[in-house]
Amino acid sequence: MAHFSVFSLVRNALNYHKDWPRQWRSPEPKSHYDVIIVGGGAHGLATAYYLATECGITNVAVLERAWIGGGNSGRNTTIVRSNYLWDESAALYDHSVKLWEGLSQELNYNVMFSQRGLLHLAHSVHDMQEIGRRGSAIHLNGIDSEFVTPEKVKEMVPFINLNCRYPVMGALLQRRGGTALHDAVVWGYARGADAAGVDIIQNCEVTGFKIEDNTVVGVETSRGDIMANKVGVVAAGHSSVMAEMAGFRMPLESFPLQALVSEPLKPLVDNVIMSNGVHAYISQSDKGELVIGASSDAYTSYSQRGGFNVIEDTLQAICELYPVFKRVKMMRQWAGIVDVTVDRSPIITKTPVNNLYFNCGWGTGGFKATPGSGNVFAHSIARGEMHPVAEPFSMFRFHSGALIDEGAAAAVAH
Amino acid sequence: MFVIECPWCGKRDQSEFITHGEAHIARPTNGHEMTDAEWGDYVFFRDNPKGITRERWIHTHGCARWFNVMRHTVTEEIFATYKPTDPKPELPEGSE
Ligand SMILES: Cc1cc2nc3c(=O)[nH]c(=O)nc-3n(C[C@H](O)[C@H](O)[C@H](O)COP(=O)(O)OP(=O)(O)OC[C@H]3O[C@@H](n4cnc5c(N)ncnc54)[C@H](O)[C@@H]3O)c2cc1C
Ligand SMILES: [Zn+2]
Repeated sequence: MAHFSVFSLVRNALNYHKDWPRQWRSPEPKSHYDVIIVGGGAHGLATAYYLATECGITNVAVLERAWIGGGNSGRNTTIVRSNYLWDESAALYDHSVKLWEGLSQELNYNVMFSQRGLLHLAHSVHDMQEIGRRGSAIHLNGIDSEFVTPEKVKEMVPFINLNCRYPVMGALLQRRGGTALHDAVVWGYARGADAAGVDIIQNCEVTGFKIEDNTVVGVETSRGDIMANKVGVVAAGHSSVMAEMAGFRMPLESFPLQALVSEPLKPLVDNVIMSNGVHAYISQSDKGELVIGASSDAYTSYSQRGGFNVIEDTLQAICELYPVFKRVKMMRQWAGIVDVTVDRSPIITKTPVNNLYFNCGWGTGGFKATPGSGNVFAHSIARGEMHPVAEPFSMFRFHSGALIDEGAAAAVAH
Repeated sequence: MFVIECPWCGKRDQSEFITHGEAHIARPTNGHEMTDAEWGDYVFFRDNPKGITRERWIHTHGCARWFNVMRHTVTEEIFATYKPTDPKPELPEGSE
């Protein structure tokens, strides 16, 4: 692995950057692995990375149907925060934020993690009560959050229209929240995992599981059968499809979630601004594009394209709150398929099949959890016992009733 | 965005409708005998198919009546809309 540093940058600049080596190999699949990870999104790659670097299991393959990062990991609006209501969520998401804080150094790869601060606007008495309750709960969990007044919001976001159809009554601020570069996270983990010995195999679709005595022993793929001692499935919107192949169901529904970006503008939006009541949120990328997201479409779908009505709803709210953007042109729009649970919390779990693990249900908000999710999932697979932070997120909570209801904190916003 | 044919009102824009997910899930009648796992399956677990789905919609901003839609979740093609009391329509030719 070529180490990135000022010196390697200068040295390669002298060669017009023609001599950089490939960042990861493209190996042929072996016939057997200790662990196979299905799904080369950021969560799957992070899992493989931590298996190899922290758990001592390097005979690992990541099987990706298309190309790595082509799913939701490459389609999301990159918001990172840990201001969730319940203790279980606080533990999981703040574990992630702490890993984010050292990730560029650890991976020797600039993931452009930018803690630019994140505002949750409150537009009604109900919203104020929600941020009041959640903000206090977050405090009790030792995670930073501040209540800010409309005047302070105006100071931070001078172009906001406080007295519009969505009056701003206050906001919750997490200064450690922000954004990171989605592609860099995927590539950084892929490069790190590869260097530690993991085989990243693209264009390899898993089409079935080999199960003997209710124990998974391998997978069937478009490139032949591959055997494994353990299999971890991290397939986001396609998790129900994978579960059906293994003979069980998941408490999930898959919806299209859209985002769109504008033409590049000069720096203007310093923070991430979102609100739970208004279905629109905004930040500005380092390239200058406004990055805008919304709520998911109302119907289940695997089409990876959303309805136009959602874009209309989103942009009317953006123009109402920020009239300065009325004449900005939108450049691109896309959708990803998100796997949503009723309690809006993820599923990190053993399954009815032995040695088969699932990590899914991240829905509209799993990018922020990439490092923590991969980390606790890797340790769970390696030990054969769920990591204490992952334990409450079992799929069997939908049998026991111990849901982790983040509906208010996560239903709309990401 | 769809044009949906309400079995009572005819073709209308999707914005008049709301969906409430998978159809034909009958509430169990032997609740007192069921385990927590069986209840959990009934309440929370779904087929979520990649392919043909049958789902419930309500014509909220119209006649306010419920009906079922048979739709493909990849192409979004709607093959049939039918009243809750109608028999399940046949799957379209050539589909699994
Ligand atoms: C528009 C949008 C905006 C979002 N905004 C945010 C945000 O601001 N903040 C945030 O925290 N989260 C956000 N999210 C959610 C976030 O993107 C996801 O939760 C996260 O990226 C999930 O990562 P993953 O690695 O699990 O999934 P993915 O990146 O989707 O990876 C799953 C992979 O599995 C592969 N796969 C599927 N089936 C098979 C098979 N049979 N064989 C082999 N491979 C298979 C897929 O090709 C895919 O690459 C957003 C999502 C979308 C769509
Ligand atoms: Zn009608």
